[in-house]
Amino acid sequence: MAESVEELKKQIKIYIWVFVALGVLTGITVWVAYIDIPHPWNLVVGLSVAVIKASLVALFFMHLLHERRLIYRVLAFTFFFFLAMMFLCILSFHSHITIG
Amino acid sequence: MEIPYTVVARRDTGLWNAKIGIWLFLASEVMLFGGLFSSYVFLRMGHESHGIQWPHQALDIMPGFINTLVLIGSSVTVIMAWASLKMRKYGAYKVYMTITLACAAAFMGIKAFEYNKKFSHQAVLLNNGKIIYGHVHGEGHAGDHSQAGGHAAPAAATTPAAPADHAAPAATDSHAMPAAPAQHAHEGDHAAPATQGGTVVIDAEAHGHDPAGQVVVNKDDIRHIGPLVPRFNNYFGIYFTLTGLHALHVLGGAVVLGYFLFFGGSMYRKNPEHLANRVEVGGLFWHFVDLVWIFLFPLLYLM
Repeated sequence: MAESVEELKKQIKIYIWVFVALGVLTGITVWVAYIDIPHPWNLVVGLSVAVIKASLVALFFMHLLHERRLIYRVLAFTFFFFLAMMFLCILSFHSHITIG
Repeated sequence: MEIPYTVVARRDTGLWNAKIGIWLFLASEVMLFGGLFSSYVFLRMGHESHGIQWPHQALDIMPGFINTLVLIGSSVTVIMAWASLKMRKYGAYKVYMTITLACAAAFMGIKAFEYNKKFSHQAVLLNNGKIIYGHVHGEGHAGDHSQAGGHAAPAAATTPAAPADHAAPAATDSHAMPAAPAQHAHEGDHAAPATQGGTVVIDAEAHGHDPAGQVVVNKDDIRHIGPLVPRFNNYFGIYFTLTGLHALHVLGGAVVLGYFLFFGGSMYRKNPEHLANRVEVGGLFWHFVDLVWIFLFPLLYLM
């Protein structure tokens, strides 16, 4: 990763802007919590904002935007298994197996 | 012997060793926290599908909000530290790394303050999941409104616990949830019917929509009385587990970054690019810790 000083200075500008964006999004997260949005849309909005913030951190702070293919492949597996874990819950609640 | 590819990237992958290593490690960490997030979803869906209240806004938002900004700020300073190293500005690197560690310390301090506040807070958990924050004042009698019992508060706190413990095994079958208990918990309830266990008076604090004042509750409706610790209810169990594990990660990350700050001098003199790579890898872990908190904050504090 041979980066020149000019490239780094440009990246630093991006980091500062991402920081400002994250601050604004955090404020929005808190503000949205005080508005009475009907369930389950309050969860949808809150989690969407969280996903946007997480994407900013991952793409810019963690340099994922310009990473190598091998890293993307590793993370594709991770993403798939993480989604599977979340959807297990939904599967269990729609199961027809009951006790007794 | 010199380990190859610590600085120079491999031709086939285009990556140096630690880059692949840290991303594989972070992938495993995603599964670790993902498992706990999945538990949160299970617990919350389970409660709500059985009509048991999931606590809303049980935590002070301000410390959580400040902690979020502190961690995001520390993410920026750690990446500035890396950029300084890449530009061979060692003094700036030390300043940014120090600020990062200061943010980590601030986060832990605020967390400790929050935990302490919860541990020293008494509350009453009802069978329908509702929490009444405050101390048990004393025993009431069936049909009474807000009568202060003759017992001292600590003694009264233990006597209701005995019938509640007997009631708890029966109450764990959450399908048999009577709708009536929700009414008894409201202040000013006049027609509290005589139940077998008697009633309990609670000095309730103002919380959310509930005003402060004395609340009369049937002993049969009480699931648990005690401080807000992990065993209080499922919400606090998952809250302390998630934030506790996260805090341990903050501590571990701070130790690694501290090592790079305090022992970085000799590494910098020997091979500055190698130190830059190490700081980048440590920074990646730090960003992950920030990322987890970005999800924890809305899930636990705001929803």
